[in-house]
Amino acid sequence: MPDWYKNIMELERIAVDIDNCSKTYADGTRGLQPTTLHVEPGEVLALLGPSGCGKTTLLRLIAGLESPDEGSRISFGEQDVTRRPVEQRGVGMVFQSYALFPQMTVAANIGYGLRIRGVDKAEERRIVGELVDLTRLGGLEKKRPGELSGGQRQRVALARAVAVRPRVLLLDEPLAALDAKLKESLRDELAELLRRLGITAIHVTHDQQEALAIADRLAVMRGGCIVQVGRGEDLYRTPQHPFVAEFLGRVNRLERLPACIAQGVLHLGGARVACPPAWQSHASFFIRPEDIQIGVHQDGWGQAKVMRRTFLGDRIQLVLHTQEQALLTADVGRDAAFAPGQSVGIRINPERLMTSQELIA
Amino acid sequence: MRTSTTTATTATTTSSAPILLLITVLVSVFMLAPMLLSIMAGLVNNYSVGLKSGLTLRWLLEVWEVYGNTVGWSLALAVACVIGTLLLGVPCAYALARSRSRSARAFEELLTLPVAVPGLATGLALILAYGQFSAFRQSYAFILVGHIVFTLPYMVRSVAAAFQRDDLHALEEAARTLGASFGQRFLGVLVPAVFPAIVAGSLMVFTLSVGEFNLTWMLQTPLTRTLPVGLADSYASMRLEVGSAYTLVFFIIILPVLWGLQSLARLVQKHHGT
Repeated sequence: MPDWYKNIMELERIAVDIDNCSKTYADGTRGLQPTTLHVEPGEVLALLGPSGCGKTTLLRLIAGLESPDEGSRISFGEQDVTRRPVEQRGVGMVFQSYALFPQMTVAANIGYGLRIRGVDKAEERRIVGELVDLTRLGGLEKKRPGELSGGQRQRVALARAVAVRPRVLLLDEPLAALDAKLKESLRDELAELLRRLGITAIHVTHDQQEALAIADRLAVMRGGCIVQVGRGEDLYRTPQHPFVAEFLGRVNRLERLPACIAQGVLHLGGARVACPPAWQSHASFFIRPEDIQIGVHQDGWGQAKVMRRTFLGDRIQLVLHTQEQALLTADVGRDAAFAPGQSVGIRINPERLMTSQELIA
Repeated sequence: MRTSTTTATTATTTSSAPILLLITVLVSVFMLAPMLLSIMAGLVNNYSVGLKSGLTLRWLLEVWEVYGNTVGWSLALAVACVIGTLLLGVPCAYALARSRSRSARAFEELLTLPVAVPGLATGLALILAYGQFSAFRQSYAFILVGHIVFTLPYMVRSVAAAFQRDDLHALEEAARTLGASFGQRFLGVLVPAVFPAIVAGSLMVFTLSVGEFNLTWMLQTPLTRTLPVGLADSYASMRLEVGSAYTLVFFIIILPVLWGLQSLARLVQKHHGT
């Protein structure tokens, strides 16, 4: 096998195209509505959504662990892989439970795919050694998975998946089995590792922080459909769908009475906020808690009353009452001295408003 | 806190101990007496006279001369039975664990039938169906078939339960994404992962096969006898001392083998990496 392994870091980069792909299970339930998605070569794309949204189904279709409905098409680069069995698709997959082979050592787990391919012993040892270094598992080669911590298992699973030089790396909730603190550090580590490998990767998660930290682009899913695809920052700042706005962060809903709509404004604590011209007719808007400005009442600001103050360490969360709106949640700096019962000034920059209507079909 | 709990436990134990101890001793004596009497009967010259007639090994030697070959055959049959149930039962357990169809469930029920149906009936059915193939009928293979029919459900149940675990599903899928063919993942990943269940099943099958009587009694011929069948024969046709000596032979040879296998099984389970 010449040239099979020059360098693990030089993985092939290919595009993944999902074309009109859908999945109906034997009992008639639709796991995935017809979906079209393009993943750039070397890109890390997150499939993000609540449980049951079809993200895992889509991932398993790409892996070849499920077969799609008639008329679906999945291509890796130029190659149509729709009818290819999982064994020959050349994917690497990291499972939520990691699915490490319990009776094999760390080194044997990582080298499993190589042994299946008949790579010779010395070459296997070299590649496994390289991956052990890359994933910082040095000294654990002889251990069984049962003796490892959650974070170490996750790295073994990743090393095992990339050892066979897959064309596409698939990650199914790779951090869901870890506790919150560990999750955060491993998240950044995983993001860095994926960048170094430069492999096309599709990452399934229900955790928006994880998706934002790891992926180049996000595909937000709901009810078996992709709602919106884009860079995390764009989706967060300018969502095209209320579900995206709500799922990617926290939002307050601001209602508008017919009179306000006629005037093209929004009422907030007695003040009038001009609406973005394109959304003049929309009946309500979203605003994120960190985009509500709170301060001493000034000219042009609205009036609000602090109902509750919650100290969250890095910030303070206020619940505010205004005369027109339902209770609003606002984030202020941790040193802000607003107390419950206090009357404060409230202001919204109209540019930070998000529509609560679907802009895309 | 800890001290008070300990004291409380001790107090309860002491107050109820005499009765518990008495019951334990009585039950133990009741159960051990037949065993001890049986062993003694095999070692005395005349059972009706008792120990006064003197101890002897002559009954043991007589048993060994007449029935010695049944010991070897019984052990060989049990080993063959384990091999047979492994080859048939493990793939069958996998298929049953992976299939959700109604016919698979029905098949599973059918498989356990020989456990519920009296061995005599199973034996008779086998004779009716295959009795005319005399070479087969007169060989140990005929008994082996009976033993496999009877023990297979124990192997299948034990291993199928292990195959059904969710983590096994994920292991299999992981092996598939890494390119492993069915044979490679079955032997390289799945079987090692359920190995403790396979060992437990094998031990069960071995034990059942060694002690199986009522099915074997139907299937045996004078030239194909197992240890339990020989035992029945000696009880029925020879002196009480000979029959008891036979029991002794069973204890001396079979029990150490079973204990050895059991500790081996425990060792395997302890060192299995799950």
